[in-house]
Amino acid sequence: MEAFRKLTATAAPIQIANIDTDQIIPARFLKTPRSTNHGQFLFHDMRRGRDGNLSEDFILNQKEFKASGILVADNNFGCGSSRESAVYALHDAGIKCVIAPSFGDIFYTNSLKNGLLPIKLDRSIVQAIWKALASANSSEVEVDLESQTIHLPDGSTYGFEIDPFRKQCLLEGLDDIDLTLKHQESIEQHELIEETNYPWTRSIN
Amino acid sequence: MSYSETRTLFEKIWSRHEILTRDDGVSLLSIDRHLCHEGSFHAFDKLKMQNKTVRCPELTVAIADHYVSTSFPEKGNEVEALKVPIKKLEINSKDAGIRLYGVGSKEQGIVHVVGPEQGLTIPGITLVCGDSHTATHGAFGCLAFGIGASEVAHVLATQTLWQTKPKTMRININGSLSDGVVAKDIILHLISVIGANGASGHMIEYAGSTIRNLSMEGRMTICNMSIEAGGRAGMVEPDQKTFEYLKGRKHSPKLKDWDLAIKDWKTLATEPGAIFDKEVTVDAGEIAPSLTWGNSPEETLPVTGYIPSPEDEADISKRETLEGTLEYMGLTPGQKLTDIAIDRVFIGSCTNSRIEDLRSAARIAQGKKALVPAIIVPGSTLIKKQAEAEGLDKLFMDAGFEWRSTGCSMCVGMNGDITPPGERCASTSNRNFKGRQGPGSRTHLMSPAMAAAAAITGRVTDARDFS
Ligand code: SF4
Repeated sequence: MEAFRKLTATAAPIQIANIDTDQIIPARFLKTPRSTNHGQFLFHDMRRGRDGNLSEDFILNQKEFKASGILVADNNFGCGSSRESAVYALHDAGIKCVIAPSFGDIFYTNSLKNGLLPIKLDRSIVQAIWKALASANSSEVEVDLESQTIHLPDGSTYGFEIDPFRKQCLLEGLDDIDLTLKHQESIEQHELIEETNYPWTRSIN
Repeated sequence: MSYSETRTLFEKIWSRHEILTRDDGVSLLSIDRHLCHEGSFHAFDKLKMQNKTVRCPELTVAIADHYVSTSFPEKGNEVEALKVPIKKLEINSKDAGIRLYGVGSKEQGIVHVVGPEQGLTIPGITLVCGDSHTATHGAFGCLAFGIGASEVAHVLATQTLWQTKPKTMRININGSLSDGVVAKDIILHLISVIGANGASGHMIEYAGSTIRNLSMEGRMTICNMSIEAGGRAGMVEPDQKTFEYLKGRKHSPKLKDWDLAIKDWKTLATEPGAIFDKEVTVDAGEIAPSLTWGNSPEETLPVTGYIPSPEDEADISKRETLEGTLEYMGLTPGQKLTDIAIDRVFIGSCTNSRIEDLRSAARIAQGKKALVPAIIVPGSTLIKKQAEAEGLDKLFMDAGFEWRSTGCSMCVGMNGDITPPGERCASTSNRNFKGRQGPGSRTHLMSPAMAAAAAITGRVTDARDFS
């Protein structure tokens, strides 16, 4: 996986709650293999008006936000379907960090496995960031994973929490299958116990 | 009382599967059952890229559901591009030695319907699937949750998963349900009470007399939509009903194992006095037949209700979201729900496609005529056969409903069954997201009886008016 250390990029406020993964990437694109650029599918239907044309109402279609690298979203971002393609779409469109008051659990995990940093902050802080972005001349935000800080264009700074192990994986771009296989012996020992105590769980007749 | 005496169902299953715990509190869990569907190709591709193989193919079962045509199931799909993911599932399963219930198999159906039906889903186990509605299986008192493609690859390669222990939440539902109120109404009502992220980070246990009195089908409907409340998983403690449901199913434990299993399953229930991080209590008598009106499952109201007005919303961001929702849904503030005209009806999905659901829709449809296009998509090939044995297919066809083959169908529209742009669908599925049933589609979630009633009248209808 691609490492995430520090990111300085345009941050787009998306003040809509419950943006589900069906919005992030509609189901009809899920049959696309990972090798295809998924950025073209990002918010595919949300970006378009009823006539099918790109709508200026959608923030990522506006000139100053077209090349955004950060989203500042509302509650429950990425809720719904477990489709990891939602993260592929954000990632391939250049969005490597999403800040929101809360996330869909599966989306949160999927992000961390693909070099995309999800940052959970109190809604009052997210509101303060929206405000700062609206009043400053610039939308450029710096996110530093090492120091766990966000720097806004108005000079304000916020800290954020992240699980230390996940942080390490992101910083180093580690994939966890190899890490897990290092525990092979413990896994096999455990399986033996389960097979002995609950044999019906470890085979399908 | 000692700690071990006051553990919850969840804690018992969790600790049984904990291989090790890292310093940061994240645990490596052993996985007993892994279900795959067509979408798993992302994970198989990932494995191949890393030169890894499937570690426990015997604990993995692959089932085709998302892309299978409900009109020409024998072809897989009539559209070439939609056949590809089905083919990939076949090839990947074959290469890895994974049991496949694919196109043409008599066990095929929606993964979350087939698991329990075939006895793959049993109490006390860990079960995962690359699909958020995996929570359905928790109705059997197991720890079942959805995962993304990277985690699917991890399970394929290691038969384990790293998990942070979720918080626990008990939802107690007590008392008798009013006439005409069913499991779907309970879960829709519940989500409207706690919110679409009300259970975020939590594992839900559903408890109380109302849950005890529900059939296994009803418990599955409730656990299924745990994710719509933001929950990591949902579960119900196993009881006599659970055991009776599982007895004799194809993959259920047999002979000596069955006796040992039952003995073990009886020890799983949450102990009195166990503590949950959150408790919610709902009086079953307060729940009315309900439906969603917006684009989040929390936007639910009793069928006797009215569309809310943005003017009553103080928070600007919420007001704007509500205005957007009403525009998308083509609704006006103050509109009576029963005045909403419906263009089409979908009865199916892993939420409501089991035999009990089809029977309840049939009771409404019997001897009447549907005014709008309506399709019935049974949850599995076996359910389809059973319904046909009971004459439900004929009953539905006489009432002008289309009788289809099994699959996910119009729940997500991936097989080509969609609600056209701007059309309004009364649906028994679980998601009313914008465009979920096809670009521009408008979805109202409701129970099978209410969906059948909507087909007959062509508008949102209180199914109680039909009894
Ligand atoms: S029926 Fe719908 S919710 Fe259930 S597995 Fe299929 S697509 Fe997912």
